[in-house]
Amino acid sequence: MLSGKGGTGKTFVSVRLALAAPAATYVDCDVEEPDGRLFLQPQQVTREPVEVTLPDFDAQRCTGCRKCVDFCRFHALAFVGVKPMVFPEVCHGCGGCVRVCPVNAVGERRREIGVVERGVSGTVQVVTGVLHPGEASGVPVIRAALRAAHTPADDTLTVIDCPPGSACTVLESIAEADFCLLVTEPTVFGLHNLRMVAELTQLMHKPRGVVLNKAQEPFAPLTEYLREQRIPLLAEIPYRASLAREIAAGLAPRGRDAELDALFQTLLRTLQGEGCP
Amino acid sequence: MKKLLVLSGKGGTGKTTVAAALIHFSRARAIADCDVDAPNLHLTVPLPAAQERIPFFGSEKACIEADRCNGCGLCVEACRFQALHRTASGKVDVNTLVCEGCGVCTYVCPRQAAALRPDLAGCRTLYTRGSVFSTATLRMGRGNSGKLVTEVKTALAQAAPDAPLAIIDGSPGIGCPVIASVSGADLVLAVTEPTVSGLSDLQRLLHTAATLDAPIAVCVNRFDDYPEGGERIEAFCRERHIPLAGRIPTDPEVRRALNAGRSIAEVECPAQAALLEVYHAVQRLLGEETA
Repeated sequence: MLSGKGGTGKTFVSVRLALAAPAATYVDCDVEEPDGRLFLQPQQVTREPVEVTLPDFDAQRCTGCRKCVDFCRFHALAFVGVKPMVFPEVCHGCGGCVRVCPVNAVGERRREIGVVERGVSGTVQVVTGVLHPGEASGVPVIRAALRAAHTPADDTLTVIDCPPGSACTVLESIAEADFCLLVTEPTVFGLHNLRMVAELTQLMHKPRGVVLNKAQEPFAPLTEYLREQRIPLLAEIPYRASLAREIAAGLAPRGRDAELDALFQTLLRTLQGEGCP
Repeated sequence: MKKLLVLSGKGGTGKTTVAAALIHFSRARAIADCDVDAPNLHLTVPLPAAQERIPFFGSEKACIEADRCNGCGLCVEACRFQALHRTASGKVDVNTLVCEGCGVCTYVCPRQAAALRPDLAGCRTLYTRGSVFSTATLRMGRGNSGKLVTEVKTALAQAAPDAPLAIIDGSPGIGCPVIASVSGADLVLAVTEPTVSGLSDLQRLLHTAATLDAPIAVCVNRFDDYPEGGERIEAFCRERHIPLAGRIPTDPEVRRALNAGRSIAEVECPAQAALLEVYHAVQRLLGEETA
């Protein structure tokens, strides 16, 4: 589930779709702003830390040759006085400094940058990646969340709720996806960012379809774009002030709503026709 | 130059709409869009006539010279990012999209078959003449956007050194691009919405801003969607002595104006009046910050 633009309703559609299936796994890869759990309110939650590696210098052994500082492409190491020092937020954990040190003065320790939460909400397994505030890169947390959700023999539906944008975090999230649902809204902003994720899914050779959320009067530029690009419009969720209010209160994705129930059952069947479980 | 940065935590709360209105009211002549993953401000703000496009090179990417590679696989084992794999022909191939350019493969290769090459990761655009608008677009699936955000801001400061006020539209979330955009801001205006997600993401943004020592104020957009939620957010902010910059009502004119290519600041409606109040609050806060 992706959208480019934030706030188009990715999480709402993801949660409602997961709940519509007889059994499903919901994975929140929007690790900077993980909101699916607010709606699903998973129970029996367990937490596992997500760690990255960080160099650990043995001051006794270090001869101050600077090889590690010169090697680091990320400028994560600096020479302070006569010894190297690491800037943890910038380190990518490539292990290069460990390799280049001629006297084995660089070891590695682990640093927590986030957690993966696992829980259950009725028929839905809920996996949430949460990046700790102040951390720069959510990619390792996304990888850990997807690993935690991965069950090879499983033939139930897995819904992956992506971050906004079309950068490396989105790429990481959709790498294993069988089908991409692009959620948009009828505004020029929504359309502009839809084009970006449509381009990304094409680059990745992913089959895709569009869900139009908050639909009101027809928005011709979107209809035209979808026709031009031959991207199918799979569902249209009408804007209702009452629904907006329920979503705001954190209730809507779970509530009974005949119109929405029917809409998501149809969407589920369409996705099954596209090869999804 | 005073720098106002507009952020939100959650996406889609109305950052760009608010930024565009503040630009209109203040007649700011220094403008930047730092949401390089999904820039939108240019769709709603008039652009200065002169345009300069500058390619952006992010991290370098590994490149394996097939003639030299004997497929020993040392680089494949050493790569922490799973960016290298053996091909059917017994050589090694690079997945450019996951390569982070660390250079470990170049170090371990016994035949000097691996090298790092520059990689076009996006494009920065600087519009000038009368005012300055600095923006950029990251190429599909590329990382490193914090570096690009910093370049966008630097270009703005260099092109408009005498502008009294710069208004910068930020990106959603709390990660690298947001952290890069916060440094040097005189005030962060967090635009939120009265939803459970809006509050949760605002809390994470406040936490991030606090670690960066950035002064922050909050305004609640689409307040009438769920007034109880809006009041909860305002109470939360009051308890923590975070200044409130106003409420913006739910107003269908906002979407109409946007789709018609007009600024909401030009349309007489309840949202316009509320945004003008937000502008005055921001002016006051910016004055206090530097007083």
